[in-house]
Amino acid sequence: MSPLTWLEQRVDLQPLRAFIQHKSVPVHRHSQWYYLGGMTLFLFLVQAMTGILLLLYYQPSETLAFESVRFIMTQVRFGWLIRSVHGWCANLLMALAFAHMFSTFFLKSYRKPRELTWLSGMFLLLLMLGFGFSGYLLPWNTLSYFATMVGTNIAGQLPIIGESLVRFLRGGDSVTSSTLTRFFGFHVAILPAVTGIVLGLHLWLIQMQGMSLPPSVEKEFAQRNAAPPAIRFFPGFLLRELMGWYLALGVLAALAALFPWELGVKADPFASAPPNIQPEWYFLYMFETLKYIPARVLGFEGEALGILAFVLGGLLWIAVPFLDRSPTQGRLSRTIRGAGVVVLVYIALMTVISYVR
Amino acid sequence: MSLLYPILSFVLPPRTQGSGAESQEVGPAADITPNSGVVFQFGNQPALLVRTPQGELRAFSAICTHLGCTVRYEPESKVIWCPCHNGMFDLHGRNIGGPPPAPLPEYQVNVRDGKVVVSKGA
Repeated sequence: MSPLTWLEQRVDLQPLRAFIQHKSVPVHRHSQWYYLGGMTLFLFLVQAMTGILLLLYYQPSETLAFESVRFIMTQVRFGWLIRSVHGWCANLLMALAFAHMFSTFFLKSYRKPRELTWLSGMFLLLLMLGFGFSGYLLPWNTLSYFATMVGTNIAGQLPIIGESLVRFLRGGDSVTSSTLTRFFGFHVAILPAVTGIVLGLHLWLIQMQGMSLPPSVEKEFAQRNAAPPAIRFFPGFLLRELMGWYLALGVLAALAALFPWELGVKADPFASAPPNIQPEWYFLYMFETLKYIPARVLGFEGEALGILAFVLGGLLWIAVPFLDRSPTQGRLSRTIRGAGVVVLVYIALMTVISYVR
Repeated sequence: MSLLYPILSFVLPPRTQGSGAESQEVGPAADITPNSGVVFQFGNQPALLVRTPQGELRAFSAICTHLGCTVRYEPESKVIWCPCHNGMFDLHGRNIGGPPPAPLPEYQVNVRDGKVVVSKGA
């Protein structure tokens, strides 16, 4: 008796079999954007695996964190590679997540009935940013220490909740061993648990609703009174998807092997901050923007106004499916698309400026 | 609500008693040459001791009032400088450039038996 027959005698696999047989993915001139989500998922799985491996040696304390990462990189066989893959993968993951978000935005895949898919995706992006921010501190080096000091202080600029938020994040008044313990807890327990649930919902919604057709393609085929061509999910689309994963793995392996992730210098909370402190690149556009805001604007603290503007902008971005009421036509829809272009150009420009300066 | 309240209370850390240090000996006054500065641990916070080009000793909190980076003394420009966002303070701790919104809190400096003692308060 084959293992599959054995399993089928105990579990009814027919609904799953039927789902796989009937699931198809449309093919059109924008189909390539469909692969970004899967590639992001693949990199997330790499992060989970390498993260679990790093956990076997990492010690989350002020005195041992830096030393344990150095031990991983210098004493443990292939430790440098595992850590390098984890560091590079985090960055590739963020890049792909942003690319996935913008492709979804410009193809207007958020429109009815996929509002919840957009919302769960945005929540996942925030969770990924949380992973990046919390993971950055864990090696306890100078750069990560001061980046965390600045980052948590920025959160503290928010009116009303700012002070409580910064104490919640730091586990006290300043960035200390308590912060490291807390960030470790966020990074390896809380964020993965929440991500598991939201990712499950995101994938379930995609499976239930199928791939969205861009409005232009939808209109084109509607005029022809025909449906766009489609390929079966299994094995056609899945094999193509695997090629995307393979490409991501190739880029990741090359970066990790040729440019090993550096450890830096151990953090000293009682030494001056070194010049050119910067957060990870995906926070740079905010970091750079805050530099240009004067200390006081119209009697308000400039920093707080800047943070509030980012929060409001983020909320508007998240609410796009509800603001873009007729996404296939109309002036409002074109304005929203234009705003998306402005946001994309602004983020790219400020990131480049921050690197060049 | 009755479930959330204890959880929210738990995740907010308890307030601790300040740094515990009101006064601290930094080191021999002779070791700090004119136009130089040194960051030192004052309780659980960093502080900055500066000897001005004229030879006067002054001490400040080393926590930038902008976003909390640790400042340093720059002998060439004779200012206290925050490297994170290019914030600048003069030798009285006053914010004179960049984004810092407020001056650095100043501490009292005394020299006792040749040793520099930094104290909070008047």
